[in-house]
Formats: sequence, structure tokens, C-alpha cells
Amino acid sequence: MSTGTTHRLSDAEPAERSAELLWNAVSAGDECAAADLLLRLLDEGADPESVLLDVIARVQGRVGEEWAANRMSVAQEHAATAINERAVAALSTHPAARTATTRGRITVACVDGEWHGLPARLLAEVLKLRGWRVDHLGSQVPTPHLIGHLHRTRADAVALSSSIPTRLPTAHAAITACQAIGVPVLVGGAAFGPEGRYAKPLGADAWAPDARAAADLLAREPLPRPEPDHQQLDDLPHLADQEYTLVSRSSAFLVREVFTALEDAFPAMRAYDDVQRERTAEDLAHIVDHLATALYLDDDELFTRFIAWTARILVARGVPASSLPPALELLARELKDFSRAVRILGAGTRALVTDRTTAARITA
Amino acid sequence: MLIADVQGIVARCNDAAEALLPAATPGTPLADVVPDWLRDAHVGLNSSGARDAPEAGRAAAGDIDGRYFEAHPTVRDDGSVAWWLVDDTDHRLVREALRMERELSAFLAKASSVLLSSLNLERCMDVTAQMATESLADAALVIAPARGHRLPVVTCLRGGTPETATVTVNPDAVPGLGEALRGFPPVPSRWMDPGGAPAWMKPEGMGPIGSIVITPLPGHGVPAGALVLLRRAEAAAFSEEEEVFARLFAARAGAGMSAARLYAEQSSISELLMRELLPPALHQISGVDFAGGYRPSADHERIGGDFYDVHPATVEGDASLVLLGDVCGKGLEAAVLTGRIRNTLHALLPFADDHQRMLNLLNTSMLSSHHTRFATMVLASAVRRGSAVDLKLTSGGHPRPLIVRADGTVEEADTQGALIGVIPAIASTTITTSLAPGESCVLYTDGITEAKGGPMGGDLFGEERLKRALSGCAGMPAEGIVEHVQMLASQWLGDGSHDDMAVVVISAPRTHHLSAVNGHTRGRYTA
Repeated sequence: MSTGTTHRLSDAEPAERSAELLWNAVSAGDECAAADLLLRLLDEGADPESVLLDVIARVQGRVGEEWAANRMSVAQEHAATAINERAVAALSTHPAARTATTRGRITVACVDGEWHGLPARLLAEVLKLRGWRVDHLGSQVPTPHLIGHLHRTRADAVALSSSIPTRLPTAHAAITACQAIGVPVLVGGAAFGPEGRYAKPLGADAWAPDARAAADLLAREPLPRPEPDHQQLDDLPHLADQEYTLVSRSSAFLVREVFTALEDAFPAMRAYDDVQRERTAEDLAHIVDHLATALYLDDDELFTRFIAWTARILVARGVPASSLPPALELLARELKDFSRAVRILGAGTRALVTDRTTAARITA
Repeated sequence: MLIADVQGIVARCNDAAEALLPAATPGTPLADVVPDWLRDAHVGLNSSGARDAPEAGRAAAGDIDGRYFEAHPTVRDDGSVAWWLVDDTDHRLVREALRMERELSAFLAKASSVLLSSLNLERCMDVTAQMATESLADAALVIAPARGHRLPVVTCLRGGTPETATVTVNPDAVPGLGEALRGFPPVPSRWMDPGGAPAWMKPEGMGPIGSIVITPLPGHGVPAGALVLLRRAEAAAFSEEEEVFARLFAARAGAGMSAARLYAEQSSISELLMRELLPPALHQISGVDFAGGYRPSADHERIGGDFYDVHPATVEGDASLVLLGDVCGKGLEAAVLTGRIRNTLHALLPFADDHQRMLNLLNTSMLSSHHTRFATMVLASAVRRGSAVDLKLTSGGHPRPLIVRADGTVEEADTQGALIGVIPAIASTTITTSLAPGESCVLYTDGITEAKGGPMGGDLFGEERLKRALSGCAGMPAEGIVEHVQMLASQWLGDGSHDDMAVVVISAPRTHHLSAVNGHTRGRYTA
């Protein structure tokens, strides 16, 4: 590391300017410019942690926003992410980012089915900078691999990342499996909801809002060893009604039924081409997946947040969101014997109404 | 039986009560002759107003003269109370023994469940040391069998966290330790004079040591190590029951630790064997971008019947050889065959520029082996020429590679050939093409296109959908395309079962950044 005159990237202005430059490189698909920019920052003495979190993470956040606003395709999002990943890799070999191991060992992984690997990657790099020995297992880690790894190594803790709420049941399985073999779990990522409210019902030992907070939390004191004999069902007693199991198991059937019924209700849908039909079916599948997750956590807000977000995404893509309320209604009719599902779908419909009136008021 | 009146004066006392409380003669105040607990009960009964006998089970109880009595009151018509004293000492002893027994078995059950749940040797040692300090000793050492003269030791003080260290020492120099660590013949727990204990055995901050006992940890056919229990000088020494209990605990700890040791040995063997079968990490070679991704059919496995390799040219300026293939079947057996095929192809690298010859030689070698499986494969030679990448592609019964042009057009490479390992002589066609900067060639196995699922369930992902997805991938980095294809296929699948899935992308890097080459990045290879 350089001397005391280190120019810290923490004052907002230069970090913002660097983020802007990186965004230009990333959105133009210019990998080398991206890597060069970051390496130059380090050469000039910037704090590597700050480069990771105040520059790269910020740009990655913007990638997500641009996608939501339909200014970027999923493929472009992947291209941008790949460039950011390569930039992180280039950065981690810079002399300024080389740190001696002074702390214990942490395993960093994404939940199975989670494709947003960059937040976990950034955390892994930050923990390395803070002196931890880090095993980064990457995105899309099947729980058996994670457990096998924990048997082979003695990790002090697992840091588990998930950004998609529908992966939460899988995250729960991973959390309990880690704890069952005596390893505490720290969770993070957008999937765990505002202020990480789903971390507790899923039994996580700790939650952190971002990589910096996670690193601080792990540095403060070791996470306690999980108690043995923990019964999963105690965390989520409402699962006893089987609604989650039945809805998630029959999701393809539900999508088919609602799709056919929607075609009857919206004759315009018959004119859709194959791609449009598939998009509609995918949207329905997402609705069912989020409904199942809301049932899993017994949390209406998880569903209403998703529905409001979907409505905004559809509008950004020029698709009328008017098909959403009938879709929810048809779904509720299919699931009429499932009291919790009906309640959650009702909350979704109400959220759409409020959302629309708010939107109308703003535009008026 | 003893009767006392409202004023708390003893009125009567039968023989048994007199024998127990000799001073309790009629006329003496109750407070002077009975223990405080009985006096308080009498006062309480008088002052409660409700002059009814308390409900059953709420009798007063306490010690009298070293034994334990329950006192059951009967309120008489004149307001005096007859106290029936029942000797409960033995009952209480039995209950106390039962409680201890329950605690012990709960402790052993907890030890079992904690030790069984982990297959990590270090964690098992930690847990053993920590649990031993919970109820057996003030400090505990868990010593694993030596590697040479180096003894892995975990030390834990009561209420503390376990510390791991390695001690270089001859175990036979410590009385009882050598035998305990050998595990056989079985030896009993052994006392040790605290004065004779080596310094490494005395945990820091423990203070003067009163007693030390060394207990072997029995393994299953292998020595599991030894447990050393230490108590402070002011604490009681180990009783016989406690030693028995320590042995019961040691048996569980030993079972857990030897299972963990076996697992570690097995997993390091399979790790070693599997390393050769894992798909390699790909990167840029001689100005051509390569990226690959692999997902085996079973999530608990890491290898399967799909494989890929990239062999850099031995001479700079020659083409690198990419191969991607699919062995019929999945799981470990298929993976073993992929290893053989990859080795064979490695040996055939001198013929890398003649795809047909390579495939034919491989075909012959597969026909002559005892495996009855066959394979499909695609070979690609890629070499950078200027800013473009020249490609030569040959398929042996494999799905055709797809080429993503800069404008988003997706072309199928028109190459075909027979399966490998089925008929004696095979023919195939080779095509050549060129990738402009930002263009890519995608090799994949049918696990991708045959992924079954989708929002409605039961549909194949299919080639059309793959092509449609790739048309949005023009100009993307190779890793980005691999990840995109993998994500789409796995989202299509949902939680459904699937075949092995492999993707390799060959890309001509976009060139507008050649000026940025500075020696830091891999960009220097692009010059």
C-alpha cells in the first residue's frame, strides 16, 4: 500500500466522476477502458475497497436501473456485468489490492438459481482486502456443493447472497443446512427485503445491507455458533397449511389456466405473436412464483411490492398494465380454496389501484 | 404428627414427632422447636384467613435434622393445626439422581447430534473441546493423532472459544498420551500428575491445575485422538462416575472425529481424481476470447458426460483447438469416458489442423475400447488474423455451432458428420468462416436445447429460442454470452430435471480499445 498521502476515493465527488467514466466504458462494452480506468485509480492511490463499492457497485446499480427503464436489454445487462466482473478480476491482481490474511475464513456464495453474482463477488473482494481468507464459490451454487465445501474447509461463517425474492425458499434451505453443520450464516441482497426483514424469519444469524456493513459486522465479533436441534418448521409455522407447496408445485398448470382464461377475456391477446405470448406466459409465471414466495413467508408486502414493480416495468416497455388486475382475479378464482393465497392476491389488486391513482396524481 | 394452636403453641406431639423434634413438648412455642420453614408455614396458614388446607402438592417442605420432610396440615375445628410430617428424603434422592441422569443423557444426545452433523475434523475437535468444558472440566485439550511429531491440538477453557495449535512433541514423552493416541490396545483413562505435565498442556489463564486425566478417543479401526481434561486446583478431583461419563462422551467424540477423518480422506481422493475431469477455466489465448460454462445433470455432482477443452497452438500464429462434446449417458461413468476422450484428443493434437483425421482416429480408439458408449463432438480451430478470427468447424454428430454476427444475425455453421464410436469409418464436413470483431461462435450441447420447462411447463427450450436469444448477444463479451445462455436455459428449466449442459463461446474481441493496451491487462496479447 502507498504512503499516508493516499487519496481516498471516499469523498463523494471524485468517486462519482469515476463512476460516470466507468459507466461510459461499461455501457459502450469497452472492457479494456473499464479495466484501465480502475487500475489507474489504484495507481493513483485510491482505496481499493472504495473503488469496488463506490465505483463498480454504483455502476452495477445503474445497470439495473437502466434495464428497469427499458434502456438496456437483458443481454446488454449481461454484457455490462461481464465487463464489471472482468474489471473486478483485473483489480484484484493490482499490488494495492494484495493483502495478507490476518483473520479467519469465510465462504461467500450465491443461492442456487441466483444469477446476479457480482454483489457476492464484490463482498468476497472486500473481505479479502480486510484480511479474511475467502472461498468464493460464485453464483448459482447448489446447496449440496456449499455443504460439501463447508465439510472440507473450516469456515467461520457463510455469506449468502440473493437478489431475487423467489429464491428465498431455496435460501432458507441453504441457511438451515449450513447451520445444521454448525456454520453461522450472514445474508444479504435485495431478496431479503427492505431492512432485511426476511432474514430473521428465514433463521439467518445476521443480515447486512451492503458489502461494507457485512465486512464491518464480521470484523466486530465472530457470529455465534448456531444452536443444534433447530426445527425449520418453527420459523414458519404457517407452512403447515401446505398452500406454498401446492401453489409452487402446480405453477405451470396455474399459468396455463390463467393464460387461456385471459385470452377469452382479452381478445386482443389472440393476435399476439409467439414471442409476445411467451412474454405474457413468463409474466404470469413470475406472478405465480412471487405468490408462492409470499405464501412461504406469509408476507403480503412481498407480493404487492412485486406487482407494483411489474406494473412500472410493463409501462416502461409500452405494455399496458391493464391485464394485471384480471390476471390476479383469475388466479384468485383458481385458488379460491386457499385462504392465504386469496388474501395475498387481493392485496396485490389493491396495490395496483393505489399505485395507479398515485401515478395519476403525479402525472396530473 | 404435631398439633399447634392458633397462637403457635405446641399442643400435642406423637411419639414419632417427639423422636424427631425432642424439644417439642406441649406448651412450648412452635417457633422455638421447629425449623423456620415449618414455623412460617404455620403462621402463613393462620394468617391466610381462608382456614382451609392448602391444595394437594402445595405442602410445605424442608430439612429437619439432616433429613427432608414434607409437612401436610389438617385444620381442626378449634383452629389448631395438625402437621403431618412425611419423610421424603429417599424419594428426593431418587428424583435428584433422575434429574442428573436426564441431564447427562441430554448432554450426550447433544454431543452426538452436534458431532454427527459435521464432517469437518477441525470443527469436530472444536466442538469436543468446547462441550467437554461445559460439564466435565475447567479446560480441555483435544489432540488428533500425530503427523510425524506434529500434534494438532485444540485447547478450550470453560466459557472460552477453542484455539487450534500444532505442537511439535513426541507423544510418548507424556505419560499415557502415546498409548491413548495409538488407540489400540484399549487403555483406560489415565491420571496424570499436574506437576509433570508439559507446558503446552497447560492452557494460558487456567491458573494452578488440580487434576489432569487423559482419555483415549476410540475410533472405528483408526485412532481418533485423545481428550485431556483439566480441573483447577480448587475444584474437586474427578469422581468415578465422572470418569465413566467422560468415557461415554469420549466414545461419541471419537466416533464423530473418525468419521470426519474418513470423509476428509475420501473427499481429498475424489477431489484429486475429479480435478482432471473438471471443465477447464477458459480465457483469452493469442487474441481470441474463449469462455465456457458447464452444469452437470445432477446438482450434487460437479462432472458429467459433457466436456470441453481449449488447446493453445504450440506455435504462435497457429490455430488453437477447441473441442466440445457429449458422451452418451450422464453421471460419473460418462465423466470417466470424457476423461479418456480428452486424453486421446490431447495426444492427437499434432493433427489438430486436420479435424477429419482427428475424429477418425478418435473413432477407432473408441471402437476398440471396452466402453459401449458413443459420443458426439464438435471441433473448432480458431486463429486471430488481423482483427478478425478465422474459424474452422467440424461436427461429429453434434448440434451445429451457431455464429452470432455483428448485426445480430445468427447463422448455423453448415457442418455435419457421423456419431463417434459407432461405425468403423466416419465422414464429416468441415466449414471455414471468419468472425469480425464483436462476433462470436457458440458451441453447445443438446442439454441446452432439450431443456424441458418454460412458463407453461413441458416445452423444449429448442434451437429457435436459443437463436432468438443469441441475436441479442451481438458484440457481447464471450463470458457474457455463456452466462446469458446458461441463465436462460436454467430459468427455462425451473426446478425440473435436466441433462448435462455445456456452452463454449469463441469471440473476436472488439478492437476499438487496442490503444489502451498498457501491460496491466490481458490486452497485451491482442497486439
